[in-house]
Amino acid sequence: MRSISQAFQERRARGQAALVPYVTAGYPERASTLSVLEALADTGADVIELGIPFSDPLADGPTIQHASFVSIGKGTTVRGVLDDLRAFRARRDTPVVLFTYLNPLLRYVLDAFLRDAAAAGAQGVLVTDLPTGSDPAVEQRIIDSPLDLIRLIAPTTPLELVSEVAKGGAGFLYYISRTGVTGARAELRSELAAEVGAIRAAVALPLAVGFGISTPQQAAAVAAVADGVVVGSAVIQALDRGGAAEAGRFLASLRKGMDRS
Amino acid sequence: MTTDASAARQRFGPYGGRYVPETLVHALDELTEAYEAARIDPAFQAALTDLLQNFAGRPSPLYRARRLGEAAGHPAVYLKREDLNHTGAHKINNTLGQALLAQRMGKRRIIAETGAGQHGVATATACALFDLDCVVYMGEEDVQRQALNVYRMELLGAEVRPVGSGTRTLKDATNEAIRDWVTNVRDTHYIIGSVVGPDPFPRMVRDFQAIIGHEAREQILAAEGRLPGAVVACVGGGSNAIGIFHAFVPDHAVQLIGVEAAGKGIESGHHSASLAAGSPGVLHGSLSYLLQDADGQVAPAHSVSAGLDYPGVGPEHSFLKDSRRARYTSATDDEALAAFHTLSELEGIIPALESSHAVAHVLAHGREVSGPIVVCLSGRGDKDVAHVARVEGRGSLL
Ligand SMILES: Cc1ncc(COP(=O)(O)O)c(C=O)c1O
Repeated sequence: MRSISQAFQERRARGQAALVPYVTAGYPERASTLSVLEALADTGADVIELGIPFSDPLADGPTIQHASFVSIGKGTTVRGVLDDLRAFRARRDTPVVLFTYLNPLLRYVLDAFLRDAAAAGAQGVLVTDLPTGSDPAVEQRIIDSPLDLIRLIAPTTPLELVSEVAKGGAGFLYYISRTGVTGARAELRSELAAEVGAIRAAVALPLAVGFGISTPQQAAAVAAVADGVVVGSAVIQALDRGGAAEAGRFLASLRKGMDRS
Repeated sequence: MTTDASAARQRFGPYGGRYVPETLVHALDELTEAYEAARIDPAFQAALTDLLQNFAGRPSPLYRARRLGEAAGHPAVYLKREDLNHTGAHKINNTLGQALLAQRMGKRRIIAETGAGQHGVATATACALFDLDCVVYMGEEDVQRQALNVYRMELLGAEVRPVGSGTRTLKDATNEAIRDWVTNVRDTHYIIGSVVGPDPFPRMVRDFQAIIGHEAREQILAAEGRLPGAVVACVGGGSNAIGIFHAFVPDHAVQLIGVEAAGKGIESGHHSASLAAGSPGVLHGSLSYLLQDADGQVAPAHSVSAGLDYPGVGPEHSFLKDSRRARYTSATDDEALAAFHTLSELEGIIPALESSHAVAHVLAHGREVSGPIVVCLSGRGDKDVAHVARVEGRGSLL
């Protein structure tokens, strides 16, 4: 089984950044997850973030909110997402990070979730509302599980706390490129490169940057300074335009942009 | 970052905490530091006391409602008249405190969520007073049923942003306010309207509302020469209830009774009784009782009163429930509407629909209490008059 670190290392060895697309499971249809995951795996995804939808996605902008509501409305459950993942794992080895909020995991019962998610073929978990230190017992159970705990750093995280906030994290560290919620943006902030450089100097884990990246040019600019590029809302928008095939074409265009730089 | 010592302060037993995106953690640290300094700063407390007395009209009276008592079969029912505060509810106690704090922290932009609109109006009022920019998020359904308060907020200079996502009520207004805060956290303070949200909000809002109970305790001792048998308050997020309970928590003989909204009946599934019918879960930054489905999705709440129409509840109430220091019960939409009329007719006081739930409980169960009863009349019903007329088929009056 490929690990997240391996996926990042392989890109790094070639002087490239990893491409990490996000999709909401069960969107646009309950049954579309598998074909979407395959399309992403085949067009340049090094790691995939698979969103388990939550009714109150307060870290997400309109695009992912909408995808979450549609998916829940079509009957997506945590168990259903793990079934999708198991089916995908039988066909591809692209590492998968489950991206979600804490409540669905607590309701499933955390230890059972960690066990079942690992058995279904997940490599990591990212819980947007579980910042470092917020619930040491819960965090420790994830750290002790076979899954990598993906830690997040925000632009508001004081630089001197970065290594502390990254503690317990594995696989990669996720830098949120701007204050705000998820969602495609026309511009990246000019300070981003310097911030990424300072964080990379403070931690050993590969650093991926996400939130707002939506074009090959932006992906290339981030790839030039970071170890990974996370793209979410723009992938969902591509799905809306033309389904899994269009999401794949979009991802390939990002990869191309990144490799040219 | 949370140290072990601060982690304990962030919780009420297992409940509470700070389950928020990393982007907000630093702002919550700053807020905690600023609040803890202000709390013990005599200048801050003096400024707040001055505002509460001379701007908001405190202390609010404790009124012996004889005809209500007769109807309830109880000789001594008292109303703590938060409805007489400036802006018409207890919410102003909290918004004045937080606006003063925001000013102290140098934050010039304020955001808030509102259900009934009372917290939005109280926030807009404090912002007018302190010359702060104010944006209030309100569910589209609540914009409809509390139209009068929308216009009040606008008169006060606030911008009301209707929220059309999800349930289109208080829950999603709160989501949207949190999203705004994540985006504008550097120059914005979020004035949360109840004892909910991530730490330090539940304890800070409690402290600002605790004046209700401190006054009521002195007033009932002066009137009756003894402590009450029971203190009764409605529970939405739980701020008026915690506010009146807090001073009585050490008085073990005093029953603390919280009344949630049973909507169309708990069995119907259409209610807002998180403590009675929910289970512990995480929403809006804290762990507390929550209405949720088997998959951990938050379940829609229902109440005729917009201010109680919320699937969560403040974490301290979850702790008081589990520790049995407080008891939580509920009143249905119909019982609250009946109490709305009863209090209007018997006492000449039109209560808020939220507060009507507490009154309904006293009408139904007051006779079971020995010793005086203190009811928190958290707000006045002017905002609800048009909505009640509509619900009761009297057409649209406004
Ligand atoms: C008059 C009144 N009472 C009660 C509430 C419920 O809030 P809480 O439970 O925080 O007191 C509201 C909320 O809008 C209100 O306006």
